[in-house]
Amino acid sequence: MTRASSTRSGADPGTAAAPAVERARPGFADRYLTPKEPIPRRAATTLGLLGFGVVLGLWSALSYGGVYDELFLPSPTTVAAAGYDLFAHYGFIHDVWASTYRILVGFVISALIGIPLGIAIGSFRSVQAFFEPVIAFVRYMPASAFIPLLIIWFGIADTEKIAVIFIGVFFPLTLLIADVSANVPRELLHSSYTLGASRRQVFFRVLLPASWPGVLDNLRIGMGWAWTYLIVAELVAAERGIGHVILQASRFLQTDQIIAGIIIIGLIGLAFDAFFRWLYRVLFPYAERVAR
Amino acid sequence: MSAIDVDRVTMVFETRRGRVTALDDVSLEIPDGHFACLVGPSGCGKSTLLRIMGGLLRATQGMVRVGERPVERPGADRGMVFQSYTLFPWLKVRENVEFGPKLQRVPRAARRKTSDALLREMGLEEFAGAYPKELSGGMQQRVAIARALANEPEVLLMDEPFGALDALTRASAQRFLTQVWERHKRTIAFVTHDIEEAVFLGETIYVMSPRPGRIREVVQVDVARPRALEDERLGDLRRRILSQIFEGEGAGAV
Repeated sequence: MTRASSTRSGADPGTAAAPAVERARPGFADRYLTPKEPIPRRAATTLGLLGFGVVLGLWSALSYGGVYDELFLPSPTTVAAAGYDLFAHYGFIHDVWASTYRILVGFVISALIGIPLGIAIGSFRSVQAFFEPVIAFVRYMPASAFIPLLIIWFGIADTEKIAVIFIGVFFPLTLLIADVSANVPRELLHSSYTLGASRRQVFFRVLLPASWPGVLDNLRIGMGWAWTYLIVAELVAAERGIGHVILQASRFLQTDQIIAGIIIIGLIGLAFDAFFRWLYRVLFPYAERVAR
Repeated sequence: MSAIDVDRVTMVFETRRGRVTALDDVSLEIPDGHFACLVGPSGCGKSTLLRIMGGLLRATQGMVRVGERPVERPGADRGMVFQSYTLFPWLKVRENVEFGPKLQRVPRAARRKTSDALLREMGLEEFAGAYPKELSGGMQQRVAIARALANEPEVLLMDEPFGALDALTRASAQRFLTQVWERHKRTIAFVTHDIEEAVFLGETIYVMSPRPGRIREVVQVDVARPRALEDERLGDLRRRILSQIFEGEGAGAV
């Protein structure tokens, strides 16, 4: 509700924040512009909504204002209607599920291999010497360049999409996780040795627990890549999926459906992100830093 | 009987710029129950020597014995406390203290008794269930000391444990450590570059010279406890040690 009104006038969040600004008047810069210092929670929420409001406002001005033709830049209401239409009449939910399913499988496979391998690379110099050069090399091959090859190998069904996600996520994720375990402070391990821990105990009772928060944080980042690669793969060739729907819409110049599809991807991404942040808070209440 | 016997230890590091001799033929004996401080400028190898005592590094030549046994690897008989905060962040304060005993498979009730007693001694009973991040730096170091003591080690090796604390917290941590030492009568080898800290805490000060690290002088601090930081005799000793460190070198070398 707040968001809708803010888009019309742009004044609502401003007036809502006004009393807080009023009180803080003597130290406005102290309060909001000190590098790295936290700002009041309410101010943060307001600014976050304001960010959305500005984008939506700009979009509204350009579309309702008739600056661009409706065909090229449909208005927010048209897009919302197209989104509703997609779900109500075109069975879009099946495409959303098809995409989500591919993401989940590709991501889980990447994580299941990437986490242990990454931790091993970061912890043992011998494993690092063996794997890291290869992974660092493959990492620089764009996953999207593999799509033609993967289509020949697997066709255009789920397997190919999952393979694209795997190539796009597994390699960089493994290296990031290797970094996490490599950055566990040595003093932490040394302390454990001097407390009588064996090598094995140091690994399982200290190095692993010390790595988990960083691992989860990187999984969250990897999830973002997974979406990018999936949509690319679906745009190239697919029988269903969000990317497929977007491509179809493009063929018929249905920009409203394209934008609706893109926004849905954004919303699903946001939901996954929120899930990971929630998980982080629940699993690691002791962690010093809050996940970015 | 000496608790720590460093016998002609030489340590050479291979670095990209060639061989660096960090310790050159260092020998010293720390008697049982003694509080010894190793002081010297940065790069004199004092931390290296402590790590060799702890078994975290192997000497290139010579050997270290703790309680007559040659040191080959780290062990629960030599507790260490580091400058950086090394508590396990995912364990609560009590679990941190019980980490060592748990590894030695000490039964739960006995572990609990140990941690209760130590936390009470450290004045941290009410923080038993807190995570390390909820503690100040000084409190974290007290927990680290408790964690090392929970193993009932023969010796306590401390590598600038108060180096990261502010001046006031450090002063109280020093007084606190003195009390702990008087109660537990463990042998302590304490590394610091702060000479004032060394003369306040130690009974014997080993003054080291920079690269290659050698023992330049052994100073006895015959000042009864409790000592006062502003005691003139400590001040004299501090000045004497300082001049020894500078002796024979350009001031820029330190």
